[in-house]
Amino acid sequence: MRKILIAATAVVIAAGASLFGASAADKLKVGFIYLGPVGDFGWTYQHELGRQAVVKEFGDKVETTYLENVSEGPDAERSIEQLVRAGNKLIFTTSFGYMDPTLKVAKKYPNVHFEHATGFKHDKNMGIYNGRFYEGRYIQGLIAGKMSKAGVLGYIASFPIPEVIMGINATMIAAQSVNPNIKVKIIWVNTWFDPGKEADAAKALLDQGADVIMQHTDSPAAMQIASERGKLAFGQDSEMIKFGPKTQLTSIMDNWAPYYIDRVKAELDGKWATDDVWGGLKSKMVVMAPYTNMPDDVKKMAQDAEAAIIAGKLHPFKCPVVDQSGKTVECKGGDHLDDGQILGMNFYVKGIDDKIPGK
Amino acid sequence: MEIFEAIILSVLAASTPLLIAATGELVTERSGVLNLGVEGMMIVGAACGFGGAWLTGSTIVGAICGIVAGTLLSLIFALMTLGLAVNQVATGLALTILGVGLSGLIGAGFVGERITPAPHLYIPGLTDIPLFGHILFGEDPFVYLSLALVVGVFLFLYRTKAGLVLRAAGDNHVSAHALGYPVLRIRLLAVMFGGACAGLAGAYLPLAYTPFFIPGMTAGRGWIALALVVFASWLPGRLLIGAYLFGAVTILQLHAQGLGLGIPSQFMTALPYLATVIVLVLISRARAGGSTAPAALGTVFVPDR
Repeated sequence: MRKILIAATAVVIAAGASLFGASAADKLKVGFIYLGPVGDFGWTYQHELGRQAVVKEFGDKVETTYLENVSEGPDAERSIEQLVRAGNKLIFTTSFGYMDPTLKVAKKYPNVHFEHATGFKHDKNMGIYNGRFYEGRYIQGLIAGKMSKAGVLGYIASFPIPEVIMGINATMIAAQSVNPNIKVKIIWVNTWFDPGKEADAAKALLDQGADVIMQHTDSPAAMQIASERGKLAFGQDSEMIKFGPKTQLTSIMDNWAPYYIDRVKAELDGKWATDDVWGGLKSKMVVMAPYTNMPDDVKKMAQDAEAAIIAGKLHPFKCPVVDQSGKTVECKGGDHLDDGQILGMNFYVKGIDDKIPGK
Repeated sequence: MEIFEAIILSVLAASTPLLIAATGELVTERSGVLNLGVEGMMIVGAACGFGGAWLTGSTIVGAICGIVAGTLLSLIFALMTLGLAVNQVATGLALTILGVGLSGLIGAGFVGERITPAPHLYIPGLTDIPLFGHILFGEDPFVYLSLALVVGVFLFLYRTKAGLVLRAAGDNHVSAHALGYPVLRIRLLAVMFGGACAGLAGAYLPLAYTPFFIPGMTAGRGWIALALVVFASWLPGRLLIGAYLFGAVTILQLHAQGLGLGIPSQFMTALPYLATVIVLVLISRARAGGSTAPAALGTVFVPDR
């Protein structure tokens, strides 16, 4: 008798749970996987702003969840799967290293839709999206070329992957176009986020004579060091002017909100289909922070370049692109390198007096 | 500023948090307790240290907040491992996870705020001496404090009776107990000292190194401190050398890259850890398979009453 009672209770509870489950299922569950903490004031913070925009736009129709500080590796797969099991139907994985884990989970759950940032592998239920940050880097290069008195730029790089290398190249192509003798010193810190190390790298670059600092890492530490020393710097991912009011020239800001809203809407309408989006200044996925701490002529040059890129009149990798050894790179995109060439970039352009680590 | 001087200054700044945290952990481990929660205590120290300094505008208040926060967290560890005799490794790891989460919660209110970094010493005349003036007389107060701390710990461990008792508790807690020494109380104090140092080391980051708070800003320095204790084979003198060596490798590899020397940065980044492994091998060979670790390290002690 007691057993039957227990069984009956279990059935009632299960039925109740499924009822509640049904009412919760009316909401679209959207999950996000973040690399850093939401308060990193850089990469992850911008994705978090995108998520908040989704919540604001759709209100009660969606329920969002995020997991922060998820490292790129076995942890990622487990975390993505955790979001799937929690009932998320659309999952954004927001770092390059999540590519293979996302693909693996996507194959396992064909009914769930995935969106992976900055990668190159996709599937029926896994779309990819990325920003053309090199467009912003090109503008920074122009400004840096004009603003550096020493003629030496300091570049804090994270990992030697195409995304970072294309940024260095775009910067130097632009900088050399306004100052043919400009030099760049590159320090690889082998991390996306370690404020102490980023600060140390900035100090080392300044000690070695660089006077404009740019970074491909996520914290405002370098900006602050440049500010302490009275030098100039560019922000990264977010608006960082707070950390260097007299230091920041501009900042390449990632703007994911329009894309996230767009994709969530598609999912709500049942129209989601896999995609491959690489948005730049034109689609406002990449936005430049106000041009500050520079003379008006430099500011105008930057604004003109921005307008030209948006209008499609200027391409940072306009042919001919010459590599370090002096060899002209094959031009596959008509008058500029094609997207495949840019996405797989593994050489330095002429004028960079350094070697890509591990090459 | 000469580049030589600049490099040394950066090395000292980079080494200081490692040195402070590792000194505390060394004392903890010499008493026989392995606390793997250094990273967690550091990051909470960083959050509270920044909070204190931000609210009051005082570096000293910030440092004290960091110390208190680290100590409080270490008390949780002490309660678990000493009071309830729970496994030290598991508790230490849990403490790190707790600390990382807690610091995010504490720090949420002041992410993105800035403070004035700790002032550097300036003695007219002395600080202006070329080459080494800034190195000897122009550091921030934490650098001097960390050196005093190591010297103090050395004197305590090897020149006082209390230090001898602490080492005895770490090497053979049964004998120490049989001789009538309060093993658990000694270990409690050692764990608290370790927590205080970790908290201070964490607070150093936002107070002097990079004057803002961001979750996760310790970025693994607590783990390096743990490695350092092993690297130093539990000796304060070697700890001092080890900390500056770790700091020097970190900074010099950045400069080597800036100069375009062509050494792969990945190799340079791995170098300190490689050095730790090599030292471990050398030590164990020199002692014919024996270890310099405190003999009772990591073992639970439950006194028979």
